[in-house]
Amino acid sequence: MSVQSWTYALVGLSFALYISVAIWSRATSTGEFYVAGGKVPAVVNGMATAADWMSAASFISMAGLISFMGRDGSVYLMGWTGGYVLLALLLAPYLRKFGKFTVPDFVGDRYYSGFARVVAVVCAIFVSFTYVAGQMRGVGIVFSRFLGVGIENGVLIGMGIVFFYAVLGGMKGITYTQVAQYCVLIFAYLVPAIFISLMVTGVAIPQLGFGATVSEGTYLLDRLDGLSTELGFANYTGGRKSTIDVFFITAALMVGTAGLPHVIVRFYTVPRVSAARSSAGWALAFIALLYTTAPAVAAFARTNLLTTVANRPVADMPPWFAKWMETGLIEFTDKNGDGIIQYVGSASELTNELVIDRDIMVLANPEIAGLPNWVVGLVAAGGLAAALSTAAGLLLVISTSVAHDLLKKSIRPHITEKGELVAARIAAGFAVCIAGYFGINPPGFVAQVVAFAFGLAAASFFPAIIMGIFSKRMNKEGAIVGMIVGITFTAAYIIYFKFVRPDLNDAAHWLLGISPEGIGTLGMVLNFVVAISVASFTPSPPPEIQQLVEEIRIPRGSGEAHELEA
Amino acid sequence: MGKHEKRKLYWRANVRYLAILLTVWFVVSYGFGILLVDQLDAVRVGGFKLGFWFAQQGSIYVFVALIFVYVVLMNRLDRRFDVDERQGDPTSPTLVRPAAPDEEGPEA
Repeated sequence: MSVQSWTYALVGLSFALYISVAIWSRATSTGEFYVAGGKVPAVVNGMATAADWMSAASFISMAGLISFMGRDGSVYLMGWTGGYVLLALLLAPYLRKFGKFTVPDFVGDRYYSGFARVVAVVCAIFVSFTYVAGQMRGVGIVFSRFLGVGIENGVLIGMGIVFFYAVLGGMKGITYTQVAQYCVLIFAYLVPAIFISLMVTGVAIPQLGFGATVSEGTYLLDRLDGLSTELGFANYTGGRKSTIDVFFITAALMVGTAGLPHVIVRFYTVPRVSAARSSAGWALAFIALLYTTAPAVAAFARTNLLTTVANRPVADMPPWFAKWMETGLIEFTDKNGDGIIQYVGSASELTNELVIDRDIMVLANPEIAGLPNWVVGLVAAGGLAAALSTAAGLLLVISTSVAHDLLKKSIRPHITEKGELVAARIAAGFAVCIAGYFGINPPGFVAQVVAFAFGLAAASFFPAIIMGIFSKRMNKEGAIVGMIVGITFTAAYIIYFKFVRPDLNDAAHWLLGISPEGIGTLGMVLNFVVAISVASFTPSPPPEIQQLVEEIRIPRGSGEAHELEA
Repeated sequence: MGKHEKRKLYWRANVRYLAILLTVWFVVSYGFGILLVDQLDAVRVGGFKLGFWFAQQGSIYVFVALIFVYVVLMNRLDRRFDVDERQGDPTSPTLVRPAAPDEEGPEA
């Protein structure tokens, strides 16, 4: 069977699986629609959380990103996993005990303020839309590269699938579909990784192959360092970013992860507080499986690439070189006309002739390594699983924010459960269409605004929730001013360097040498400082709120909240 | 010991666990993986420089382990202070909870 038919077969099969799961598990109440009735077992929820979290970027782009960044790529590896420790220890169990549906619910109730709720809703919607546009684009890209379908049609097919199970199934449908998607995506990631590890180092486990020897007793990483410096690239295992920037970016990604509404809401879906704790552990274990494989894949792919293309005649290139050149992911211009590919870094006196898109490291890996056709099809199905699962989770947050936080809690409190469910489905439908629109016509700034999503989540939700749990003294004045200061500072810094003066966006002009990607950390610190000082000269929260804080600190008595609410 | 006093002790023990676990979390990632990475890179373990290994592999393994250690510690603490949720089998119908109209049965 050809690559094309394998891809159609595997993608079609995986879609059929998702749809059957969605039909089997569709939602019938708001409780099921928002939080799957609060009945999902910890391991299952962990797996769904992992699929929800790992997006098209994790699956398609991350290994490539690392393979071009070398050691600095660890900001993504640590940043996108370390946040789960914060979630498990500082947020998940208490929010589960609190037991409402959404993050704005917590912010609004804990800070006894409709205004605080609205601030939280606006942040939640903005963060989620930023993300979902990227996912839809990812769906379109996978379709166009593997199936020969145009990006537009690819996005439309993706929209149809997500619409079907997110709108019908709500959180319940999404959760069980995500379990299926996790299995597909992790299998699709590990199979080529294991093959390549075997090929390069003879060790089947990529995490160990990463530290193993290639030929004649040279370690893989030493070989890679040698190759890189020889060609004028930076040392692979050395760092290029400043220590303070690496520190702040890692912190912003970690704290941002712990503050992202579509991640937090997953911990409302388990039956007990203890299950919320262990569910975060399972989620991270499932995520770690991919995240510890990615840097290994990055190193294998980089070594493969350098040995295959650098200083070789272009006439000798294997077929994938021409194929990916057609898609524009590989660009080669023979500047000196010698028919040899000069692929060199900035430290070399030669002129570089080759530009390689980072996505190719995962997408073309099976071909570069000469793996069977079905593996290529598998990678396509895996990329789609990653994009669809994340998109669905985000759409749910958007529809919940609109139907529950805005409509029921702020505008029409007497709406019936049935009416609210209809509103939630309509909102999800609208959100799918808007996301699809941005997928087809991506605003030029999609990549830039991702820094926004993490920065804003870090500078707004995270401090407000932490102080809501760990301080009985924190009042609405402190929390609201803190959130506003944190958001404004972070947004202003990012907008200034990304949109107003992109020409000044370099280390010399940054505040303390912190890039816009890492500024959310400083925004978070500001939020904490401002909130605590404002709270110290404004009145304590009312006694019933202090009682609420006492209650969420104790696991016993969980489980009633959803039933009363639903 | 009064209920209030007991809850205070429970919370203090919880915060102490958090402080210890988060210190480990900070040391393996920000410490070994970022601040001390160059010093640790002088040490080699197999094909890895140690700092590089912590930055791209080791810290993640420690993160996973930390959460499961926390789960075990907290489950024990909950039982010791009698604030845990399990009284018998949590899925058994003897656990009395108010059932909502849209729920099929008493199963949790």
